[in-house]
Amino acid sequence: MNRTSSRKLLAPSVAMLALSISLTACGAGNETAADSGDDSSSETSGLSGDLNGAGASSQEKAQGAWATGFQGMNDGNVTVNYDPVGSGDGRTNFIEGGVSFAGSDSYLNDDEGELSAAKERCNGEDPIEVPAYVSPIAVAFNLEGVDSLNMSADTIAQIFDGKITTWDDPAIAEENPDADLPDTAITPVHRSDDSGTTKNFTDYLGKASGSWSYEAEDAFPVKGGEAAEGTSGVISAVSGGDGTIGYADESQVGDLSVVSVKVGEEYVAPSAEGAAVVVETSPAAEGRADVDMAVDIDRTSTEAGAYPVVLLSYLIACQTYEDQAEADLVKGYLSYIVSDEGQQAASEEAGSAPLSATVAEKAQGIVDMISAG
Amino acid sequence: MATTVVAEETARAKPRVGDLVFSRLAMGAGIAILAALAAVFIFLAIEGVPGLAKPAEFYGDASNFWGYVAPLLFGTILAAVIALIVAVPLAWGIALVVSHYAPKRVATPIAYVIDLLAAVPSVVFGLWGITVLARQLQPGYVWLDENMGWLPFFAGPASGTGRTILTAGLVLAIMILPIITAISREVFSQTPRLHEEAALALGATRWEMIRMAVFPYARSGMVSAVMLGLGRALGETMAVAMVLSAGGGISLNLISSSNPASIASNIASNYKEGTPGKIQVLIATGLVLFLVTFLVNFAARWIVQRGERRLAR
Amino acid sequence: MSTVTPTRPVTGSLSLTAAKLPRFAPVLVAVVAAAAAALPVLFLGWGPIAWAILAGLVFLVALPLWARVVEGSRGATDRMVTGLVWAACAIAIVPLLSLLWTVVDRGLPAINTTFLTFSMYRTDLDQEVGIYHALIGTLLITLFAAIISVPIGIMAAIYLIEYGKGSRLARWITFLVDVMTGIPSIVAGLFAFALFILVFGPSTRVGIGGSVALALLMIPIVVRSTEEMLRLVPDELREASYALGVPKWRTIVKVVLPTALGGIVTGVTLAVARVVGETAPLLLIAGLTSRTNFNVFDGRMTTLPVLIFTQNANPGIAETPGGTPPGIEIAWGGALVLIVIVMLLNLVARTIGAIFAPKTGH
Repeated sequence: MNRTSSRKLLAPSVAMLALSISLTACGAGNETAADSGDDSSSETSGLSGDLNGAGASSQEKAQGAWATGFQGMNDGNVTVNYDPVGSGDGRTNFIEGGVSFAGSDSYLNDDEGELSAAKERCNGEDPIEVPAYVSPIAVAFNLEGVDSLNMSADTIAQIFDGKITTWDDPAIAEENPDADLPDTAITPVHRSDDSGTTKNFTDYLGKASGSWSYEAEDAFPVKGGEAAEGTSGVISAVSGGDGTIGYADESQVGDLSVVSVKVGEEYVAPSAEGAAVVVETSPAAEGRADVDMAVDIDRTSTEAGAYPVVLLSYLIACQTYEDQAEADLVKGYLSYIVSDEGQQAASEEAGSAPLSATVAEKAQGIVDMISAG
Repeated sequence: MATTVVAEETARAKPRVGDLVFSRLAMGAGIAILAALAAVFIFLAIEGVPGLAKPAEFYGDASNFWGYVAPLLFGTILAAVIALIVAVPLAWGIALVVSHYAPKRVATPIAYVIDLLAAVPSVVFGLWGITVLARQLQPGYVWLDENMGWLPFFAGPASGTGRTILTAGLVLAIMILPIITAISREVFSQTPRLHEEAALALGATRWEMIRMAVFPYARSGMVSAVMLGLGRALGETMAVAMVLSAGGGISLNLISSSNPASIASNIASNYKEGTPGKIQVLIATGLVLFLVTFLVNFAARWIVQRGERRLAR
Repeated sequence: MSTVTPTRPVTGSLSLTAAKLPRFAPVLVAVVAAAAAALPVLFLGWGPIAWAILAGLVFLVALPLWARVVEGSRGATDRMVTGLVWAACAIAIVPLLSLLWTVVDRGLPAINTTFLTFSMYRTDLDQEVGIYHALIGTLLITLFAAIISVPIGIMAAIYLIEYGKGSRLARWITFLVDVMTGIPSIVAGLFAFALFILVFGPSTRVGIGGSVALALLMIPIVVRSTEEMLRLVPDELREASYALGVPKWRTIVKVVLPTALGGIVTGVTLAVARVVGETAPLLLIAGLTSRTNFNVFDGRMTTLPVLIFTQNANPGIAETPGGTPPGIEIAWGGALVLIVIVMLLNLVARTIGAIFAPKTGH
């Protein structure tokens, strides 16, 4: 014990030494290597410069993967910056012309005039909205001795509304005849910060169940209960207690048990494929332009294998940019994102669900229209 | 005091270029601070005032702005008060150990460790608060609920994860400890040696010496240390946002899982996905926080001045 | 406890000093308290923490009681306060050590040469990443924040103590500086953001904007601590200098400031430590990039707290199921590096303070 702790004390001083050495050098080790240009990269689109975007923090990890791929395609002559400031700020930044594209957990609407403002920013043309990041939202729980549960939207809604308070409630027992349910009290955990995850989750509860009387909102509408900051906060709150249940991106739930949700007559566990199916089959939002792929997700879908509790995050951009270089960068980057390669990269890095072929194809068609002018 | 005045007058009698430049520079710096503060205030006012009177749907459950901000304000003050109650005696104790009790080779490392704490990013305090502190405290909350539930503070039901306003207050206490300790320590150790030795020579015990020689000398410094600590506790954002399970209304219950959020943490939590109108509401709550620190400082200054007057008499 | 006979100093002649406990009294009481606390702990099966608390309480009661018998109430109070301040120290150190231990324990595995010398710029997903860009960003942004805030803060404090004493302007400044301590960091960030956008257009993301926001948070701490330290410089020193015909400004620069230097350095270090971990303002105005940027006046700069925050918020997926996601490792490693940086700054500042401060009795 003593030896290890003294070694652990030694290491920071070594690290400090390394730090002071590295500070005398110029630039990071990897960047100089990238600049020297290796010709191993498969395809080169030959772009250069900086591309700036901002928006939803849910996309951050995926954006990191996309940026990496896109930078690789251009031999490290391009830098993509994405500020995970949140959807609202991302949209505002885009509208004000601060960034070339925005990532947003909800599509532009005119409740506060954002759609019109975005149109104005894009020289009067309709802004492009393409789905880019699809993530299934898992309902995860931590209950001693129970590994999986089946629940209908009604049951989930009543749990999060505080109507069902113990795990051995008849409503849960009925759907899980085989589970050995204890009489532990249920502690529902929700997000304390505004998030697209909450909005999509409450939207699901509102549309798929008859017992959820609240609107779909970024802020969790029910007072009381346990609240936690961010996906990681919800996960640590759920895993920290017994009898806890919460909702979070499926890729982050780790070892926690997840609820299989009732779709039609089946119970479906969260999966990337199920999420992609729902996005593909959902109807387009009404009154949108051709270049706007905003959809109202079909929460009551009965499609086989569909998992309707999903977060769909968009990319927002203009059809034309004044600057040729900017237009090329946005076009190149967005078409990489919706490409098969880009979607796979995000799936590996961030655990998102790749877009289905039809959706990706349509998005690619829209992105191809980006031009300078 | 009188001699200083004389000195100042002689200095004034012979104006020198150096003096003139230097005093103007100093005054300019003071005015620059006023200007910066005024700019912040104007910015808050311009952006925030529209947030005071939005349609009811912007305020969640509440019907107007004041109903929205009241629980937040309560949560801010409650967490800060808990933090001060815990941190101030500890900080003064540590400061005394460092300045008067411990031998130098013990005092220096203690002071160092405490200063180190000031450097821990609030995100890390938040992470530690959730993963370590909250879980350690949770059984304690259950015990308090069972045995002292008759007190309104411990009415329960006890939180299942320990992420209560009491935990948040304790994390804040640890966060403000370094700043209170560091300033108190400096002012304690600046007590004139002669005063201390005179007190000891008259037969005072060490504590009596501290009470009669050190504290009166250090009073304004001690108060300003506490004020700085309070300022940090009121404005602390990320740690509270991460540790606290927010979502409740005004309640003195310290150990349940529905607690009022604090203003700053509420801004941080809800800013991200906010639409322009909602952000105005959030900035308006920032304005309220600003005014509260204004009032608190006003009260503190008044107390100090009254104390000094009594001392002078 | 009463069975212990008070050992009065046995001297042949009449003692002029009051009766005092023997020097070994605290140690003796501590041992007895530890033993006494062990009894219920053993019988009731409590843990070591309960034992430590109980032993501490017994000690805090027993020693003053004994001192009361031998030394009288004044001695007893003194013993009790001594016990209490040391207890305060012990209580505060425990969470500190727990916190530092957590950071070191979780941060150390992430740290290696690659981590410290690579940025996050990748052209392939398999490439390794590091925090070099954030390190540079933090150092530069904080440096510029200090360059802005320290002169303003110290000069303002000089004005408050040396020139404007008692004037209406000085009273206002003192008061408003206190108010400034309560500005939430996110509001400072919003302000800097609004200011830069107004001046430089909507696409502005520059490191210096972060410096401005941080400077806003640093100034009140610098002013307040400098003010306290200047106030403690004895007037005799100033008067002696005036008497030698030294102009006031030279008196301040050569006599007053050096005397207070130790405290001022502490104040500045604290202010730096306070802001170096700020996240919210920097995320807004300094942005996030994967490249290293050495120019605070142009382009985005990543800083360590922002990196820690974003990596923790979106940690990605672990390579092995159930393992630590890469973002979490980076976050803890970054936190450890940040603490080490501030520790070094602290050390440097203190050394400077010690070298330049005049020798005093303390």
